[in-house]
Amino acid sequence: MRITFSVNGQRTEIEVESRLTLADCLRHRLGLTGTHVGCEHGVCGACTVIVDGKAVRACLLLAVQVDGAEVRTVEGLAEGEALGPLQRAFRKHHALQCGFCTPGMLMTAHALLQDEPDADEARIREVIAGNLCRCTGYLGIVRAVSEAREAYRKRDGEAPR
Amino acid sequence: MKRAAAYVGRPVERLEDLRLLAGRGQYVDDLAPAGLLHAAILRSSVAHGRIRSMDTRAARAVPGVYAVITAADLGEHVPRIPLRMEGNAALSRFVQPVLAQVKVRYVGEPLALVVASTAAIAEDAVGEIQVDIDALPAVTEHTVSASGEVLLFEEHETNHAMALTGARGDVDAAIASADYVRRERFRIQRVAAMPMETRGLLAEWDAQRERMKLSGAMKVPFSTRALLARLLELPEEAVEVVECDVGGGFGVRGEFYPEDFLIPYASRLLNRPVKWIEDRREHLLATNHARGVECELEIACRRDGTIVGLRGEAWSDSGAYIRPNAVTAPRNIAQMVAGPYRIANMRMKVSMLLTNKTPVASYRGPGRFETDFCRERLIDLAAQDLGIDRVELRRRNLLTDADMPYPLPTVLPYGSSGETDSGDYRVTFDRCLEEFGWAEKARLAGKLVNGVYHGLGIGCYIEGGATGPRENARLLFEPDGSIAVYVGSSAIGQGLETICAQIAADALGVPMERISGVYHGSTGVVREGLGSWGSRATVMGGSAIIDAAANLKKAIVEKAAEQFGCTPAEVALSEDMRTVSAGARTRTLTELCPEGVAAEGTFNNSKRTYSYGTHAAHVTVDPETGDLRVLEYVAVEDVGRIINPMTLHNQTLGAIVQGLGSSILENVVYDDEGQLLSGSLASYLMPSAEDFPNVKTIALELFPSPTNPLGAKGAGEGGIIPVGGVIANAVASALATLTVQPFELPLTPPRIWSLVRHARATAEKQAGA
Repeated sequence: MRITFSVNGQRTEIEVESRLTLADCLRHRLGLTGTHVGCEHGVCGACTVIVDGKAVRACLLLAVQVDGAEVRTVEGLAEGEALGPLQRAFRKHHALQCGFCTPGMLMTAHALLQDEPDADEARIREVIAGNLCRCTGYLGIVRAVSEAREAYRKRDGEAPR
Repeated sequence: MKRAAAYVGRPVERLEDLRLLAGRGQYVDDLAPAGLLHAAILRSSVAHGRIRSMDTRAARAVPGVYAVITAADLGEHVPRIPLRMEGNAALSRFVQPVLAQVKVRYVGEPLALVVASTAAIAEDAVGEIQVDIDALPAVTEHTVSASGEVLLFEEHETNHAMALTGARGDVDAAIASADYVRRERFRIQRVAAMPMETRGLLAEWDAQRERMKLSGAMKVPFSTRALLARLLELPEEAVEVVECDVGGGFGVRGEFYPEDFLIPYASRLLNRPVKWIEDRREHLLATNHARGVECELEIACRRDGTIVGLRGEAWSDSGAYIRPNAVTAPRNIAQMVAGPYRIANMRMKVSMLLTNKTPVASYRGPGRFETDFCRERLIDLAAQDLGIDRVELRRRNLLTDADMPYPLPTVLPYGSSGETDSGDYRVTFDRCLEEFGWAEKARLAGKLVNGVYHGLGIGCYIEGGATGPRENARLLFEPDGSIAVYVGSSAIGQGLETICAQIAADALGVPMERISGVYHGSTGVVREGLGSWGSRATVMGGSAIIDAAANLKKAIVEKAAEQFGCTPAEVALSEDMRTVSAGARTRTLTELCPEGVAAEGTFNNSKRTYSYGTHAAHVTVDPETGDLRVLEYVAVEDVGRIINPMTLHNQTLGAIVQGLGSSILENVVYDDEGQLLSGSLASYLMPSAEDFPNVKTIALELFPSPTNPLGAKGAGEGGIIPVGGVIANAVASALATLTVQPFELPLTPPRIWSLVRHARATAEKQAGA
């Protein structure tokens, strides 16, 4: 099936098998290997990407389902060559060790802060509870997301997209 | 080091993070060389059985399939995977063939490998293989295994792989003459380490040069290379093992598994690159499990609470085969059951018993988590029986500075022993009580407030690290003044590059920016590397870097002396490593070494380091639902010397949260036919961000280790060790009025609820009688 969608702002047209997941499409067809696959059954959240503004599991979505959609992956989170505010906060607060869950964690947090830049710690924990991390114990991640809120509160097109 | 450390001890931001945060990490599944083929594995769906036949014709006929490999295709001698650690003849009887040949012995055992043009086709073709297996009764309990009624290996006439015994002093005499003795039976469930990245391998055979390149192996790359070369009948130099970014290790990842042979074998057979990526269900079936121990332990004390003896026996549900590092946990159970306490007399026997389940091997805190749970529970019980405060009883028996070094028990049949290095175990204990506010909180213990009981738990531990025998490093000084660091330690997500750059920069006295890169974990990097296990990477690799730095300076000075025509003693190397001078003559290093200069360093070590600490927890238990909440958790440890407090704290925190998972949530469950019931992340419950938000860690640098130039001790792993005992003690404290005593993990709501119900029923019966 031929599908057309946007990935990190770039129009992409591609012929895919109908059984191809979005995660495999991004990773193996488009070379966007920043999106990781940890369980392929929708529990771990490592493959989380943003489709039309919503954080979704790329392993539970077929590529054909994003025909016409806007997809955002971790590769689109940086500001040019520099890390974005959420990424910088992750580094500062040591919110990652092995880094495998990190792209999904970043995308979940990015979607949250775009919708709720004032989310409190309980809300942040509630939302990122959908993404598993085996290394950090989560404290650094919660601190990083909390700190990044400030950047997302800026309105008028200044907030990270 | 002349000058004060500029980087060691500081929370330097990690070098690794830049690529990992930008999605530019390179994990093994991110590699896709031209001509790549994909592998999938047919695994046994039967726990125990005899293979009658396998028909692969339909699978071979699937378009896109390049090969289907069964044991029959491997010739008469199907390779078996030897032990890496502490091998011996008794254990070698039970090592695993790379493909099942005559029998299958656990659900998930590899039966055939399919290679195809895509992973999807390979998986489709796996489903086309017809296997006929005569099922045999499955052995799923160590007690059934010990009875020998059903044998996994008929030819060896036993399921009992080996027994290890750790002993010091005369425990039988000590117990016979003790004022007080109590014996209890404990169970620690099977768990899985569960790194977020599953295992994966990419093998690339170069037919022209007859060379094999294997990516995705890690932890012990040189050991993997030696074994793979032997099994493929290649010289070691013809095998290159390349480490990628690694999504978590925790002891299970990077050991030699059947796939570590099969994927390179297929690549050579087909003369194409072949990749295999484990899926999560496969991971749960194929990758080592851990723990799964039942233990009977007896404590003997004087009336004043002095512990005079500890004696016990443990049975390990070892799974179907003995894997390369399967001995580590039983050995630690035998050796470390006394933990941080002065217990002159002890004996612990551990039996490794085969069962029709996934093999068990080393996972974070092997043997230590298990024994800490049993011992710390027993200490609380002894304190209660003797009418001595449990805090006081512990303080009385903890090892102090005056006891150092304290001998460890000798473990037979290996004859290995050892001794602790340095520390005063009461210091972290007292500091933990203070940080936790034990004295103020103590009055809450056992109180029912708003429908939940409050409880406090405490437990102590030591963590072995810096496993020898040696590690190697090489420093390359480039003409532009930058320095590349090569080290034999391997990365498993612990921030190795940052740590090594900090140590190298300080050892050379240069800014970290001049460290151009840290290269590790691949066999091309140094001539020999031991790798990363048992909390060894920082101490061993870091100490080797310090040696290499001294050698590098020496090499530069010698080179200058040669050019200046003077003795090395007359040459001065500038502190910033930019110039050399002798008398009035000065030369820049760029002029001196236009080709660069390299030096190697080695650190040999036969003594382990011992970090130690104390954890305390405040929990609530809902007696009606069994719901357990951790309100506060405080950990205090002494690690000798901290290289990077940020990476240390977060590793300790991560380890504690894993330990809370092991204590409260996680459980690998089999039915009595040997079928895995917890076969997904939906049924194997790991901690999420909402479960344990209140954990605090404090690391001290009170007693540097005398065994290495850094003074550092292996750390980061230890956070997991005492958690089971601490939580179980807190639950017992909460439910003291109901006289509930947990002896088994995990303390899930149903288990706690059952304990409460049973205690109430018993109390009613007694009241009625």
